[in-house]
Amino acid sequence: MADTSQSDDMSPGARSGLSARWHRLSIRQKQVVWAWAFLAVPIVFYVVVRFYPTGNAFVLSFQEWNLLGSREWVGFENYVDLWNDPVFWIVFVNTFEYLIIGTPISLVISFFVAYHLDKVRFMHGTIRALYFLPFMTSAVAMAWVWRWFYQPVPIGVFNNFLAQFGIPQIEFLQSTSIALPAVLAPAVWAGLGFQVIIFMAGLRAIPPTYYEAARVDGVSNWTMLWEITLPLLKPTIVFLVVFSSIGFLRIFDHVFNMTTNNPGGPLNSTKPLVLMIYETAFGGRSQMGAAAAQTVVLFVILLIVSLVQLRILRDR
Amino acid sequence: MFSGLRTTVAATAVSASALFAAAPAMAEVEIEYWQYFFDARVTAMEQLIENFEAANPDITVTMTHFPYANYRTQVAAAIPAGEGPDVVQLFYGWLNDYVEADLIQPLPADVFSPAEIEAEFFPMVSAMEQDGQYWALPTAVRSLALFYNERLFEAAGIDGPPETLDELVEIAAALTERDGAGNITQVGLTTGMTAQDHHWFREVLVRQFGGSPYSDDYRTVTYNDDAGRAALEFYTDLQEEHGVTQVLFMDEPQAAFRAGRAGMHIDGSFRIGALNDTRGLNWGVAELPAGSDGTRSNYSSYWVNAITSQAEGEKYDAAVLFMEYITSPEAMEIWLEVVGELPARQAVGMTDENANDPVYGPFIRGLAYANTTRFADESAQRQLMVEMVERVQLQGASVADSLATAAEAEQALLDDYYGE
Repeated sequence: MADTSQSDDMSPGARSGLSARWHRLSIRQKQVVWAWAFLAVPIVFYVVVRFYPTGNAFVLSFQEWNLLGSREWVGFENYVDLWNDPVFWIVFVNTFEYLIIGTPISLVISFFVAYHLDKVRFMHGTIRALYFLPFMTSAVAMAWVWRWFYQPVPIGVFNNFLAQFGIPQIEFLQSTSIALPAVLAPAVWAGLGFQVIIFMAGLRAIPPTYYEAARVDGVSNWTMLWEITLPLLKPTIVFLVVFSSIGFLRIFDHVFNMTTNNPGGPLNSTKPLVLMIYETAFGGRSQMGAAAAQTVVLFVILLIVSLVQLRILRDR
Repeated sequence: MFSGLRTTVAATAVSASALFAAAPAMAEVEIEYWQYFFDARVTAMEQLIENFEAANPDITVTMTHFPYANYRTQVAAAIPAGEGPDVVQLFYGWLNDYVEADLIQPLPADVFSPAEIEAEFFPMVSAMEQDGQYWALPTAVRSLALFYNERLFEAAGIDGPPETLDELVEIAAALTERDGAGNITQVGLTTGMTAQDHHWFREVLVRQFGGSPYSDDYRTVTYNDDAGRAALEFYTDLQEEHGVTQVLFMDEPQAAFRAGRAGMHIDGSFRIGALNDTRGLNWGVAELPAGSDGTRSNYSSYWVNAITSQAEGEKYDAAVLFMEYITSPEAMEIWLEVVGELPARQAVGMTDENANDPVYGPFIRGLAYANTTRFADESAQRQLMVEMVERVQLQGASVADSLATAAEAEQALLDDYYGE
């Protein structure tokens, strides 16, 4: 800044030097430069919007911060508090319940649907669209509709139906044991369409000659399913298991919207980890540090579950 | 009026500076005001700003509003960056956090004298005082009352709303309807700790059964005693013993009441607008029923306005004038008319016309004996009340055990918050 005359002298020279250097590059090198120039945009975007906040969350998990004041270092206190918090362990179990119930059920149903849909020619497109529709529907709208379905009489569809036959009411959302599966059901249903489409793509990719050969050998349908279809669908299954596991481990919108007045209730019986994070961060006290620690825990869980699944499903 | 003479002086000064437009003290100041978005509040504030600008032509007030969900975060991010408002609206329960984070500054004692505020505002406003100075003041306050469905009362042959808790149970029983299988199809009284009942329990029922929910500084939980147990038993018995209610009947208490499926409903004055918009619903309002010994109590909450720490120099002077206007009797009248929230000054609220108003009256009369809980974390503390009832109703825990668990958890929360 102080020495302006010098920099004025320098800049034309620098500019011509740069352009000379550009002209000396080969076409291949120029392509690389251009590629990096375009790639820089998403890279900068990702660094600023994804990687920086992610790193920041790790740092924040060792601090205390209520959004208003300054951050203070607290070491591992957030993690220790979390370990000693009984609610965290309930939430931890819930999160895995969503995963362990949700993933197999949704995969079995969607495979069943895809397997049979693949054989149907009549109104094939319409049926497929019907299965896909819930996937395109807003989770919030869907959750609220199901929330009303589940109400006791006089407004709940399910309970009104039961009442007509004199069957006692089921307290879907007001029960510590039934609430979690009740909340999970629409989430499974919503994800079905996507899984069906992926399974069908996988089924279509299996060469029909295998089946023809098997049929010539007189193999039963059941054996064809076990010996040909499922083994050849393995890449699809691996993808869907990992994908839907991550989805169920991160479940939030269905739970939050179906239990807004008592988020994750009753008695935390439906609360998943993401909802706990949300409440800790954006509840009355804005405990950002504790929420960041919970986020790190969730990150580690997702990482381990994904790695384990990839390992198990790939090796065999 | 804070001080007749002072106002005159201020008015003279303002008009003098208007005459000599070149006067540097008040030359074209622009201040920013922030609140969260709620249709009626924004409309009311627009009117107040218009009136204020007409009286103070040199001051422009710009209002910015945010969705409620983002409000706290926006304020927290903006003020330290020197970007935010000069006058800001905040919930009374946030005061501690704002003071500690240096986001707001105390109101000047010469204009807002603590003694006068204590004499003129409703008593719960004193929660805005710390270390002998006031940090924020409300335009309006809210309280609870008992809404009742006049049509259902008539059909059941009941003359009027209950005066006492015993009458409440009796009338609720007469209004409850069940289908052939015994399922409730109409509740006598709505309940749900997720709505306003946690306030009713803490500040009203516990006191009516002879206890007090917290120590005076609200740092110690004191409801885990005979009075608290009696209060909780009364509350849970409404469903368990008397069968006059069902928690979260029709999903949300206010929904059941609006749908005409609930005889009585305890809610805040902010519900008036929504009920007015409900066609075919004939409703009345009564003060909350008194305890068996005649004890009355109520819960009041409010939003306040404060001057932020970034207002300096002439902006600060303008902000003080603006604060003075939006806490004036005139502003409170406008707020009552537009938003339906009750005036924070006793002289404005307790006029014969307001106190006898069939709709606002019960709320305003309730203010005279209302208490304001100083929350550390309102949603977490409400959650503890929700779970307290759930343990009794879903897990069969005893009232005494469940109350003790809630008290212990709430004490731990308060200790953590106050750093003890």
